[in-house]
Amino acid sequence: MENIKIVLPDIPNLDKWDVYLANGGFEGAKKAFSKTPDEIIDIVKKSGLRGRGGAAFLTGLKWSFMPKTTDKPKYLCVNGDESEPGSFKDRQIFEYNPFQLIEGILITCYAIGANVAYLYIRGEYHKWIKLMQKALDEAYSHGYIGSRMKDTFGIDFSCDIYIHKGAGAYICGEESSLMNSIEGIRPYPRVKPPFPAQKGLWGNPTTINNVETITNVPVIINKGWEWYSSIGAQKHPGTLLFGVSGHVNKPGVYELPTGILLTDLIYNYAGGVPNNKKIKCVIPGGSSMPPLRGDKIEGVKMDAESLKEVGSAIGTGGVIVMDEDTNLVKVLARITKFYYHESCGQCTPCREGTGWMLKTLNRILRDEGTSEDLDLLISVANNIEGNTVCALGDAAAWPVKFMIDRFRDEFEKYVKRNVVIPVPNKVHSMRETAIPLEGIKK
Amino acid sequence: MSFKFTEENLARIEESKKKYPTSLAAIMDTIYIAQEQNKYISQEVMEEIANVLQVKPVDVLGVVHFYTMYYTKPMGKYHIQVCTNVSCMLRGAYEIWEQVKNKLGIDNMGVTQDGKFSLEEVECMGACGYAPMIAINEDYYENLTKEKVNQILDSLK
Repeated sequence: MENIKIVLPDIPNLDKWDVYLANGGFEGAKKAFSKTPDEIIDIVKKSGLRGRGGAAFLTGLKWSFMPKTTDKPKYLCVNGDESEPGSFKDRQIFEYNPFQLIEGILITCYAIGANVAYLYIRGEYHKWIKLMQKALDEAYSHGYIGSRMKDTFGIDFSCDIYIHKGAGAYICGEESSLMNSIEGIRPYPRVKPPFPAQKGLWGNPTTINNVETITNVPVIINKGWEWYSSIGAQKHPGTLLFGVSGHVNKPGVYELPTGILLTDLIYNYAGGVPNNKKIKCVIPGGSSMPPLRGDKIEGVKMDAESLKEVGSAIGTGGVIVMDEDTNLVKVLARITKFYYHESCGQCTPCREGTGWMLKTLNRILRDEGTSEDLDLLISVANNIEGNTVCALGDAAAWPVKFMIDRFRDEFEKYVKRNVVIPVPNKVHSMRETAIPLEGIKK
Repeated sequence: MSFKFTEENLARIEESKKKYPTSLAAIMDTIYIAQEQNKYISQEVMEEIANVLQVKPVDVLGVVHFYTMYYTKPMGKYHIQVCTNVSCMLRGAYEIWEQVKNKLGIDNMGVTQDGKFSLEEVECMGACGYAPMIAINEDYYENLTKEKVNQILDSLK
């Protein structure tokens, strides 16, 4: 396959200012500033760029939702809260190509008419926050951001970029929760509508994009939408940063055109499965995406449309591979423990349902489960899905529903080892104590 | 009230406030600064944060208790975080977790008697391709084996 790198090109020391400039740095921004904001939005729309944060929404279309005439300040939020298990791509951008991200933020702010951008980075990324801050300081010192942009680019436009440091909460990756976090209030997700473009940060029009999405923008402007849209899958063009983890010989981040075969990614790039074991299960886009059976991944392509056809989704492109010896009951319990831990607690179905599912899975792990428990799990998941303010409820429900549905045989084997139905003698509140993941350490 | 921000930290808080149109938005930075100075966020620290930012104490309380990176009790000089989420788990994170637990003789959110180490089981740290991993204070240690973990812990003075 052709070696096209857009977000992480093979250029050593690209994180150095001089190296970035010598390799066409800020050429995209200069081209963009010679056009009108509407023209930029049109180019991005035509390029077919889709969001890299999970939902794969059309980026140009999202930008066009921002009101053209308003006396309110407009904002851009760049989502680098990267907390989806299996996803570790944005940190590569912070480390290896921070200036392209900064350039992308400038172009995006210009296109939507924002003068302030907040780059939200998860708090645990101390190292990467420092690297990004260093890059921002450098760009400020050269007058590429801030009040001196008029002297540098000759345009009547200025843009400030601030890092907002998270503090350890997966929910802040959800766009409305992210805005509440920036505002300094408890980051409960907001009810939509109104959408951020109508009522975002401090009630003002706001656009929220993922770090990887924004980093694509300078190259699209520089090389043109025709070039970009010809790469990868037709309805989901460009490249993707695929983070491959779990049972593979060479885990890591691989930038490849969309539409690449999942088997190609696993065997040719990630080095295959250790000891040549068979694959039992693959989660193609981060822990919340429906898992695929290992015997059904032949011919599966890695783009939003193709994965939808096989009953999954591209998500963040975080591919988790599990070999034939993996205990999927333990895996599902661990994933469910994550969503139980990360539920913000605002919506009852999610707050109570995630704990209920975890308790049930723990019961199965203790060899006290029955077949009814499998139906119970699906029933609880169904009652969470679609009944919460944000998508964390769906994210918690999907692994449970699809893992049990697609690997029913394995779960049945587990519960049929036991014939005793335990009767709890008292009812505990879900939140009385943290629920440990029992049986996992055996 | 015995907790007061140092002059230097007050200046950092003022810098943070410049990023936002409201002082409330500087709350997360301010809590980090307070935690750096006091090592943990006590009731009186929360009250002083509210005082400095001119917000309600309950606003500070709500934020402090929501996030996992703010601590309401003193943690060790070296705070060890072990990720056991799915990608790490598939590559032996629970063995690493048991090993660290046994070596330090403490459980989740425990602190050794000498105050040198504290331990926390954490959710995904965004290091899935380099699993298993631990974080010690601000540093990530990746692609670990049990031997490497022993060496790292033994090297901490």
